[in-house]
Amino acid sequence: MKKQPKAVSLISGGLDSMLATKLILDQGVHVEGINFFTGFCVEGHTHAIRQKDKDKKKRNNALWVAEQLGIKLHIIDVVEPYKEVLINPKHGYGAHLNPCLDCKVFMVRQAYEWIHKHDFDFIITGEVVGQRPMSQRKQIMPVVARESGAETLLVRPLSAKNLPVTKPEAEGWIDREKLHGISGRTRKPQIALAQQYGIDDFAQPAGGCCFLTDRSYSKKLGDLWGHRGHKDYELDDIMLLKVGRHLRPKANFKMIIGREEGENNFMEGYKREFTHMKTVSHAGPLALVDGTLEAGDAQLAARILARFSQGKEEKRVDVVLHHKDTAAEGKVISVEPMREQDVSKDWYV
Amino acid sequence: MKEIDARRLLCPMPVIRLQEAACQMPPGEEIKMICTDPGVMSDIPAWCKVHGHRVVQAEETHGEYHLVVRLQ
Ligand code: SF4
Repeated sequence: MKKQPKAVSLISGGLDSMLATKLILDQGVHVEGINFFTGFCVEGHTHAIRQKDKDKKKRNNALWVAEQLGIKLHIIDVVEPYKEVLINPKHGYGAHLNPCLDCKVFMVRQAYEWIHKHDFDFIITGEVVGQRPMSQRKQIMPVVARESGAETLLVRPLSAKNLPVTKPEAEGWIDREKLHGISGRTRKPQIALAQQYGIDDFAQPAGGCCFLTDRSYSKKLGDLWGHRGHKDYELDDIMLLKVGRHLRPKANFKMIIGREEGENNFMEGYKREFTHMKTVSHAGPLALVDGTLEAGDAQLAARILARFSQGKEEKRVDVVLHHKDTAAEGKVISVEPMREQDVSKDWYV
Repeated sequence: MKEIDARRLLCPMPVIRLQEAACQMPPGEEIKMICTDPGVMSDIPAWCKVHGHRVVQAEETHGEYHLVVRLQ
């Protein structure tokens, strides 16, 4: 190959994909980054919503990595095609609702389609053999290469020496000797490599790159699926699982109660799509109701909401209820706030 | 100037909308982004930097973030 080879790198925003990219850039390859937005990515969302997080640094780590490396980054919206991955993972779920192996296959397949469309030569990922319990075990790495269709066009620069020779190595587009043979869960080799490159301040996501590895988030998603009777979801559904307290006092409805101003403001944007309620006699949070309220449920929901308002110790609290699909003024219900001990722990999703 | 209403969209969705519009438009054109997620004040300039575009205006007004991007 006389022309400069071109590679696309899957940039997660973490250290490994950053180092993998750097190793290939250093070999004179033209590299551009690609980052997939599934709707479950940890990046910034809840920070943007919650008031108490307002002062936290709100950088998008994938963009930060691209800036540091001086490469272009294409952020691709895969919310729709990702649904199939999450709803029906061929290889099943990890510890929670994280379909990591199917997810990797999906992302590499997307990257493979991307290189064809943009006339690039190969794909890079920051995967390390034996690092993660599910998708990065050595015997599983070939599955990603095979099932994605990328086959020998998939290079893992951090673990290359532990894996079969790929086409870019065989063709001499890159030098295998300059790639690494890192394996296992230790982070020491990556940290040492980062130091060598003078990289600090990199993001170290706890657990994984998305909310699906989070126990509490997965529990909420499981509850949503279970009560809807199907696994279909919209972007708004999965965004709302990231905000508020979720309480399901009865099978037919769930309340999402804002925990602070930032969340209430964010939830305001959903008032048209959801039946919602708010205390009016006292300051209090906004609650969205997911599901349908049957006879007596409005009272129950209002009493619960009153419990989370400033009037929680008062005899009566007025709550205004707006049914979705009705443009009419809300209906005011006067209720006695539920006692703390009556808000069952089992209601918390 | 093309205007994109990205209110209520959380990062990185505003960046994705900008990127989708940018690849359909020639250099020299401008895109105005109207957003509510404060994250855009760092994400949009970062995205522009790596793609070689310029942010010619970025301001916060009444809880909204308005940015004008000139494509290069
Ligand atoms: S942690 Fe999430 S984004 Fe990362 S591989 Fe697993 S499912 Fe995919």
